[in-house]
Amino acid sequence: MDVVYYLIQNMLPVGIPLLLVALGGMFSERSGVINIALEGIMLFGAFFGALFVLNVQDSSMGAQTILLLGMLVAGISGLIYSLLLSFASINMKANQVIVGTALNMLIPAVILLFSKMFFNSDGITTSKSFYIREIPVLGQIPLLGEMFFQRTYLTVIIGFIILAIAVVLLYKTRFGLRLRACGEHPHAADSVGINVYKMRYAGVSLSGILAGIGGFFYAVGVMDGNVSGHTGVAGFGFLALAVMIFGQWKPIRIMFAAMFFAFLRTLAYSVSLIPFLFDLGIDQTYYKILPYLATMVVLALTSKNSRAPKAEGIPYDKSQR
Amino acid sequence: MQGNNNSDKPKYNFKRITSHPGFKSLGAAFMAVFLGLVVGFAIMLIASPGNAISGFRFVLLGGLRRLGDVLYFATPILMTGLAVGFAFKMGLFNIGASGQYTMGMFFALYVAFMWDLPGSTHWMVAILAGFLGGMVWGFIPGIFKALLNVNEVITSIMFNYIGMYLVDMWIQNNSIMYNSSMTRTRYIDAGVQIPALGVAGSNVNFGIVMAVLIAIILYIVLEKTTFGYELKATGHNKHAAEYAGMQGKRNIILTMVIAGGMAGLGGAFAILAPSAIAGSSMTYEPINIIAANGFTGIAVALLGNAHPLGTILSATFISYIQRGGTLTSLVGFKPEIIDIVVAVIIYFSAFAMIMNSAIGRFIKARLGKEEDKPLLEIGEEPVEEAEPQNEQETEKEAE
Repeated sequence: MDVVYYLIQNMLPVGIPLLLVALGGMFSERSGVINIALEGIMLFGAFFGALFVLNVQDSSMGAQTILLLGMLVAGISGLIYSLLLSFASINMKANQVIVGTALNMLIPAVILLFSKMFFNSDGITTSKSFYIREIPVLGQIPLLGEMFFQRTYLTVIIGFIILAIAVVLLYKTRFGLRLRACGEHPHAADSVGINVYKMRYAGVSLSGILAGIGGFFYAVGVMDGNVSGHTGVAGFGFLALAVMIFGQWKPIRIMFAAMFFAFLRTLAYSVSLIPFLFDLGIDQTYYKILPYLATMVVLALTSKNSRAPKAEGIPYDKSQR
Repeated sequence: MQGNNNSDKPKYNFKRITSHPGFKSLGAAFMAVFLGLVVGFAIMLIASPGNAISGFRFVLLGGLRRLGDVLYFATPILMTGLAVGFAFKMGLFNIGASGQYTMGMFFALYVAFMWDLPGSTHWMVAILAGFLGGMVWGFIPGIFKALLNVNEVITSIMFNYIGMYLVDMWIQNNSIMYNSSMTRTRYIDAGVQIPALGVAGSNVNFGIVMAVLIAIILYIVLEKTTFGYELKATGHNKHAAEYAGMQGKRNIILTMVIAGGMAGLGGAFAILAPSAIAGSSMTYEPINIIAANGFTGIAVALLGNAHPLGTILSATFISYIQRGGTLTSLVGFKPEIIDIVVAVIIYFSAFAMIMNSAIGRFIKARLGKEEDKPLLEIGEEPVEEAEPQNEQETEKEAE
């Protein structure tokens, strides 16, 4: 039973960044823009979030306050970086995949350059611990308390709050309806007076905010508050894209998909703690490959009747009919 | 950048040149390069204002000191560039060149260490093995795309990771190939290394000759064969190609296999290159990092407009500024500055064509008023064309 607790406690901080970034990808693609730059935006948000933490970690602020403020910084930086994608793909009608790739390549180089020049390292190392041993009251609930509210991070609770907001925003507001219309049939949306360009800017910006926060949460929950330009976010931005497709561009399904991948990854990294798996004597590398391989299997099974937004990836041109 | 020869060309000549699509893409490439360098310089100014100018001079001119090395480092990225560009002609975005490159490198290494072959056939077989390794790793995304409709971008990214982890594991578990005290692969015998071209102080080797020949062959395949025609037709309009009776699925798989093979050859050329120091060779360090040459290949392909011959030029150019970039460390910068420049170049090359045509219309509208004034500032040399355009571009961006 301890192993189960351990796996769930470790799965959640890994799953939350995936969830947030995949939700970001969902908003962007639902508005009609493929956001392959999620990986880069995550790293950008993580870098500035960690930079903020580095600057205030010695002040008298509490760890959780710093976390919340860092989240804000990361979200704003993610938003700013995503504007580069919006500008190129919405105004300049550029190939969205190419622009996304460029943005992904740009950030590790910038981080390495500045970190090497100013910190003499490959990234940022902070010393603040955001770990929570037990959340008061909630942690006392039998069974569930130990699974979800002990040995955890604040990021987990925030992640689920954001999920709830995302569901309401996408399905219960006028904004959500318009956003979805722009991803399915932008000309129809335009004909009833919706500004497609604005909605797409909104979609990409939301994805920028969420990916920035997701990147910072990755740095907090997975990397212990550190950011490295070399390993970056270890392909989480790309995994999030796969999670989004697996989740069929729907928030709740995305949540389950994210947790599924997080579970596999946690399993891969804790093989030595599980006697049953350890005794099998399989090379650890195979477990590391497992999340990527599972992605492929899942995509192979779901892509045939994929429910992708119809107009995604196609620049909107008012004059085309 | 260079001295201009402002000769007054006759008007008909100018029109013939500018209306050619090759000229337009060349103009777009120069535009993207120019903007990339401007941003690179700006970042150098932010990072270290005092040294920015001397650092930037290294970026621009540093490569001249090591032309042999420019060609040597251009070899693998020319191959990965061809891998990305060839698939791009069909409308496939092969972001998996890294994995294919790593797989090709491993296959070549395996033959180099584990097989015993006589004399000069050994390195040739090793290169062919690299080709095969890359083809295998290109085949998988091809199958996924053609038969299961999985987006090739996601597949190839996933297989970048899978390939990298597998190769690192295979190497670490093989004591003939892996020197665990150095955490690197052992040195390859001189007999398996590709013959050097004999440029003093440089590792430039026969690989670059083969790479250029392969680029020319790809050009012929694309322009002169039925397969090349079908490939481009599918890239232009998938549905129309299908309707005309072309076998889309077979072509997708074939394209990805060839593209993978190109990247695999790149890996083989890189690892089998001779070393200037006697008794040593190139080595590979399995540290779970995705090969950078694969991603540079994307830049090379986009800058070369996915045209095999353009790719030769762009690979040489990117290798040239990379050589200059390593020299910037003399004045306190880091070679990563070039990765920034390259990323910015890709960013702009994604819409440089559109930008240029907008500017072209702008200039025409301006000049149309003054009827008989020939287009003086746009000469035959595209370098000088990119610059005046750019000033207007910054105005446009500001709007």
